[in-house]
Amino acid sequence: MIKVNNLAKVFGAKRAVDHITFSVERGEVLGFLGPNGAGKSTTMRMITGFIPPSEGSVSVGGFDIVAQPIQARRLIGYLPENAPAYTDMTVYGFLNFAAEIRGMGRDARKKAVNRAVELCFLEPVLHQSVETLSKGYRHRTCFAQSIIHDPDVLVLDEPTDGLDPNQKHEVRQLIRRMGEKKAIIFSTHILEEVDAACSRAIIIDRGRIVANGTPEELRRKSEWAGAVTLRVSGINGATLSDKLCRLSSVKRATILKEEATGVTARVFPRNNGNGLLASSIADAAQGWRIEELHTEEGRLDEVFRSITMPDTAAQNGKEEEQPKELNS
Amino acid sequence: MNPWRNIWTITKRELGAYFSSPIAYVFIVIFLLLSGFFTFSAYLGKFFERREASLGSFFIWHPWFYLFLVPAVGMRLWAEERRVGTIELLLTMPITAWQAIVGKFLASWLFLALALFLTFPLWITVNILGHPDNGVILSGYIGSWMMAGAYLAVSCITSALTRSQVVSFIISLIACLFLILAGYPPVTNMIDWPWLVNLVSSFSVMTHFDGFQRGVLDVRDVIFFVSVIGFSLFTTSVILRTHRAG
Repeated sequence: MIKVNNLAKVFGAKRAVDHITFSVERGEVLGFLGPNGAGKSTTMRMITGFIPPSEGSVSVGGFDIVAQPIQARRLIGYLPENAPAYTDMTVYGFLNFAAEIRGMGRDARKKAVNRAVELCFLEPVLHQSVETLSKGYRHRTCFAQSIIHDPDVLVLDEPTDGLDPNQKHEVRQLIRRMGEKKAIIFSTHILEEVDAACSRAIIIDRGRIVANGTPEELRRKSEWAGAVTLRVSGINGATLSDKLCRLSSVKRATILKEEATGVTARVFPRNNGNGLLASSIADAAQGWRIEELHTEEGRLDEVFRSITMPDTAAQNGKEEEQPKELNS
Repeated sequence: MNPWRNIWTITKRELGAYFSSPIAYVFIVIFLLLSGFFTFSAYLGKFFERREASLGSFFIWHPWFYLFLVPAVGMRLWAEERRVGTIELLLTMPITAWQAIVGKFLASWLFLALALFLTFPLWITVNILGHPDNGVILSGYIGSWMMAGAYLAVSCITSALTRSQVVSFIISLIACLFLILAGYPPVTNMIDWPWLVNLVSSFSVMTHFDGFQRGVLDVRDVIFFVSVIGFSLFTTSVILRTHRAG
């Protein structure tokens, strides 16, 4: 449904989006991740035709967004960043306007507004002015606007921003449900949302795609993936670490905590472990007792950090140098 | 789909926006008070002192009223959309930028027509007191409305330039002032060459409103106002496009 081909956007000297290519099919929910300023919103604005691309093309449902903007936009529902809405209108008036400009007749509008109001739980504020709404309601009002015409394609820029945990949950459920029949792309920097709602995720950094895959695939990129955390008693830390490192499947082991009652350690596998690490550790347990043992799944936030901040280590080094300069 | 349907949808929304805030009512009251005061004042319009059955003392002030009032009506059109961010919604709807521009312009223009219409007690007054040429009065109203449209279209440009309504108001006031001064006798008298006077004053709303006030409907005057409106709306579309292109 959405095809983004070699898309680039240059603002002055700054490359906001640097030749990215991806596509989203019907039935997919694509999570769009990246640090602030990575180019997420710019990409979404180009997909919806708000800003023209500097290079490359976007097609939505087969219509090029630049050459056939009206046909393409008809298929899209868009929730811009910060969920803007006309503050001088009531919620009902605003949704009715959104339906009318999408070309719906009187009866269709009524049905569409009712449906959107129900899906977004806007009943209590229906005749309130948008200006007086709390942030959560305002956000959902704009969200309701984006689904008013039951579009095939949904582009949502931070749809859960500013919502309370319950509302976040509802919106994720909604996205997930709607994702079965639509092509959805949504941006976020809350990583748990990727697990909760996405069938696939893209991480972009400085305008480039740095990772693309299902949440599981991304998680496997973590160096934690397949790592084993264990707590044992009857042995001291140094000996344990020494023994663990001698196992052929172990890359390295770190002692996290050493107490009188036991030692907690984390063991990282060689070549991703294949899930055998835990059993080989259990087999090697002689002279000490395993109190607890489990395999880590890999963590998205760690993958996210390691991908989007590869030079963290270098920067840390610099930061350490600076105080020395001050002292001297 | 029918483009006028989209334009009308936008126009309805904008008109609703005017009347959902006190701005519309404040504007209309100020407009009516000012026009009443200027028309009847013994110092300014001298409606009674003139001892003639016409609304000449009413229309003559319009270029100056509009200088302040029309930018106040037009300043929010695009500046507010940009400030709140709704421009991103509006321009990603399945409508063209032109339809949005024309729809918004029409809404404000209709609003000004309403304000102008509400001065009808003046017309009643002058008809009770004497026997005016109602054709001249009608032509005055038409000319006044066209002139308001020209000012308004200039305000559209300035409104699209900024996200601050105040900045938009000030710039469009200055731009409209030029439209007046180019044909204002104290200014044109400073120019020595007659051909230059003609050239400069042909850009002024004063010159082209003059015929309407006297009841002369000249096609050239109509073309002038229509082309100012057309050109300004085109400029607005260019500004909106470049703004989005970054």
